[in-house]
Amino acid sequence: MPNRKNYINGLPDPSTLKEEILKKYPPKLAKKRAKGLVINDPNLEQEIMANVRTIPGIITQRGCTYAGCKGVVLGPTRDIINLVHGPIGCSFYAWLTRRNQTRPLEGEDNYITYSFSTDMQDENIVFGGEAKLKEAVREAYEIFKPKAIGIFSTCPVGLIGDDVHSVSRDMKAELGINIFGFSCEGYRGVSQSAGHHIANNGVFKHVVGLNDRERVGKFQVNLLGEYNIGGDAFEIEKLFEEAGITLLSTFSGNSTIKSMEYSHTADLNMVMCHRSINYIAEMMEEKYGIPWIKVSFVGAESTCKSLRKIADYFGDADLKAKVEEIIAREMAKVEAVKSSIRPKVEGKLAMMFVGGSRAHHYQDLFAELGIRTVSAGYEFAHRDDYEGRKVIPSIKIDADTRNIEELSVTKDEAHFRPDLVEKKAELVSKGFEFKDYDGMMPDMLKNSLVIDDVNHWETEKLIEFYKPDVFCAGIKEKYVVQKAGVPLKQLHSYDYGGPYTAFDGAINFYVEMERMLATNIWKMIDAPWKHESELVGSMTIEA
Amino acid sequence: MLLRHTTKEVRERTALTVNPAKTCQPVGAMYAALGVHGCLPHSHGSQGCCSYHRSALTRHYKEPVMAATSSFTEGSSVFGGQANLLQAIETIFAVYEPEIIAVHSTCLSETIGDDLNQIVNKAKDEGKVPFGKYVIQASTPSYVGSHVTGYANMLEAFVKYFAEKTNEKIRQINLLSGWVEPSDMRELKRIMKMMKVKSVLLPDTSDVLDTPMTGKFEMYPKGGTTIPEMVSMGDSMQTLGLGEWATTKAAIMLDNQCKVPFDIIDIPVGLKATDRFIQALAKAGRVSIPESITEERGRLLDVITDMHQYLYGKRVAVYGDPDNIIPLIEFLVDMDMKPVYIVSGTPGKHFDSRMAEILSERVPEAKYKNGPQADMFLMHQWIKENPVDLLIGNTYGKYIARDEKIPFVRMGFPIVDRIGHSYFSTLGYTGGLRIVEKLLSAIMDKQDATCLEEKFELVM
Repeated sequence: MPNRKNYINGLPDPSTLKEEILKKYPPKLAKKRAKGLVINDPNLEQEIMANVRTIPGIITQRGCTYAGCKGVVLGPTRDIINLVHGPIGCSFYAWLTRRNQTRPLEGEDNYITYSFSTDMQDENIVFGGEAKLKEAVREAYEIFKPKAIGIFSTCPVGLIGDDVHSVSRDMKAELGINIFGFSCEGYRGVSQSAGHHIANNGVFKHVVGLNDRERVGKFQVNLLGEYNIGGDAFEIEKLFEEAGITLLSTFSGNSTIKSMEYSHTADLNMVMCHRSINYIAEMMEEKYGIPWIKVSFVGAESTCKSLRKIADYFGDADLKAKVEEIIAREMAKVEAVKSSIRPKVEGKLAMMFVGGSRAHHYQDLFAELGIRTVSAGYEFAHRDDYEGRKVIPSIKIDADTRNIEELSVTKDEAHFRPDLVEKKAELVSKGFEFKDYDGMMPDMLKNSLVIDDVNHWETEKLIEFYKPDVFCAGIKEKYVVQKAGVPLKQLHSYDYGGPYTAFDGAINFYVEMERMLATNIWKMIDAPWKHESELVGSMTIEA
Repeated sequence: MLLRHTTKEVRERTALTVNPAKTCQPVGAMYAALGVHGCLPHSHGSQGCCSYHRSALTRHYKEPVMAATSSFTEGSSVFGGQANLLQAIETIFAVYEPEIIAVHSTCLSETIGDDLNQIVNKAKDEGKVPFGKYVIQASTPSYVGSHVTGYANMLEAFVKYFAEKTNEKIRQINLLSGWVEPSDMRELKRIMKMMKVKSVLLPDTSDVLDTPMTGKFEMYPKGGTTIPEMVSMGDSMQTLGLGEWATTKAAIMLDNQCKVPFDIIDIPVGLKATDRFIQALAKAGRVSIPESITEERGRLLDVITDMHQYLYGKRVAVYGDPDNIIPLIEFLVDMDMKPVYIVSGTPGKHFDSRMAEILSERVPEAKYKNGPQADMFLMHQWIKENPVDLLIGNTYGKYIARDEKIPFVRMGFPIVDRIGHSYFSTLGYTGGLRIVEKLLSAIMDKQDATCLEEKFELVM
């Protein structure tokens, strides 16, 4: 049990918990896990072990490279056929399970409701599956006439030597539409993260820059790393539209392939989920000179901050005024709801273990309600997502990372924007920060426990030690935690609720926390007779 | 429209599957292993497999689904997964303390040729399997068969490993369950009890995937077939396999290994399949059929005759797994409904002959297909060509149901948008009642919602 004397910020010293967790592990595993559990001190420069292999046998939250590539990054784009080359399961499990909402116009393509697979059979494994893949592409083209087809490799594909890239080139030549492949076999990396990188590379190589569209707005931006789960992107789109900011393309919530083709004509890239999409932001800056900033629209305060930052970047007085007008109006609504809910939930304890950015972003939303985050961690992030981008040069490149192609990007002279480079330099001199991601740890309280790639055993111990009021994770953890009597909020699927971004989203989240934290249902678990003495009846039925 | 690209013109496909009516082997192996007490399923492959399977099962049951993975990386894929599995076995016994680890393979470990048997033996030789604990293995390549095949392979592995033949027969029967819900397993046990037939049910996911809220998480819930029960199966008088696809392999294994004779019958869905099940039980257990069972049958028939007019002639599209939909189709036909479109992604040559047997006289216009490209896209195209009155299948059907405005009854795997399947069985006569209730509610709700106002009925 936590020692009450060692409380800092209302948080117990978790070192006994850490010890107890590690005690259960075989020595090699204990040594490794010790570096993945950090007792946070925002004043120190602490290092956490992240983006390393999960020890076999550990019940991890993590998924695979294919999931990160097809499921996360490419999945939300509606007008591309995502053809999965492999046995049926991979395509089946990624079929509509991520809740990427999309709003196609009448007559527009939308393949999100479909699952496409080559359904590889044993003869394809033995004799190769390229011929079947080509035929599947042809059939998909003839039946659906899509603008683009993406081909995704599953585990056996690389092993048997099927070359999805050459098939893509051949079929592109044959059919005359954009077709490209991804070597995103499940085993490529240590988690989904490798798949994000591979997806970024593919989209950058094969899609971005294909269409030099004329300017359509005064302030042209892209939103990177927002996947429109539960309609999050709709909330942000609504804000931009009102402010007069032209959102060219979102990578990739509610997006179309066409919008990605002209995304290089933006004046600014905004990065939401740093982990899954920073690669494209970096490459677009190098190739086209488009600077990027980190934004977050999770939490009303973060939304204000991000909107102001965009307005400051453009430096336009009208835009600034419009942004302030929106903030004033929306914050009044937010405050009204918040002030009625906050007293009911203030002081509660939360913990969250998800993703590559949500475990950080959602702490802001909880803080707005006065709910403290006692422990948090990512499922597939890297050290920079914990400690900030400043550590990137010092991250050791291991064999697993080396497997993933680093594109060498050169300046595109015809499309490069020296004006943006100049603008950036000028703003930097005034203290405006670009590529500004300082990570999760500096924002967390002293004595909070930061855990990378949390596993089942650790989850059980965390609940036992902290007795949190709400636990945030995913579907695999949902009922494990709830069986222990603690409500779990899914931060991947939002428990089929949301949106939770921007102002209306924050209000939705406050109401949801009121529902989850102010309910009496968890207090009814024990039957009323649980603590009564047992009676031995004389009227029992004889068997 | 949700499925706006689906048109009625069917183009022959030989390579592309669209909207599959099946998934891959390992999830079936995982589900079967959860029906054994104290067992932790283990996926020997990439992390994604385990994650996807756990997620799919969790969404369907809204219960904890625990399983571990060998967490393959590029290195293991090149050099083989032996080191990963050895380490996994050591880690699992140290950290999660199961009685049994049930390892299943994946397309990845199968493609690189990992020999599970050899690796598990090595683990034993190296002392990585503690005394009194077990590691068993099943080969479940994702590119062969379907999720049902994986279930069958894991069942076979359990009886192969545990069933023992001594010289003393036990007066009990083995009941091998096809892929059904925890509620169904519970119902099977209730029927056995009513019939007074002593039996071992394998697997048994009741009290595993339908556990009560207690405020305490149990990694290994109280349900599941136990090791002594599985051991005793080798001495049983007979084996009854419910579902050809899911149970034949295990039944044959018990016969070969322990000389326990077997019968394979349909899962007791609906009237006739339940009749056959009850008769088979009576014969195998050498018991007479109690009046209470006959009364249950009578109640089912009573409701069908009462409500026959709402079912008669209704055109139905069904998709799902052969073991489950074959008796269901038979039941629909018995109630004078017309199952006109049927697909199952699960291959197997008996599907056609069973369908022909049930449908050729009564519903000669029926179209059915199983195996490659027998997918929901094809079924939807058939529906576009000539509409149906009712759709039966897993949750993915809701997209078709909404677009085509067809009443929809959820049966099969996965059901991820409604509850009930874990708690209310669709097996036996009582389960048949539930099926009839669901069919009627769907059909009659549509009539109520869409009929002309003057045709709106109070009494139906």
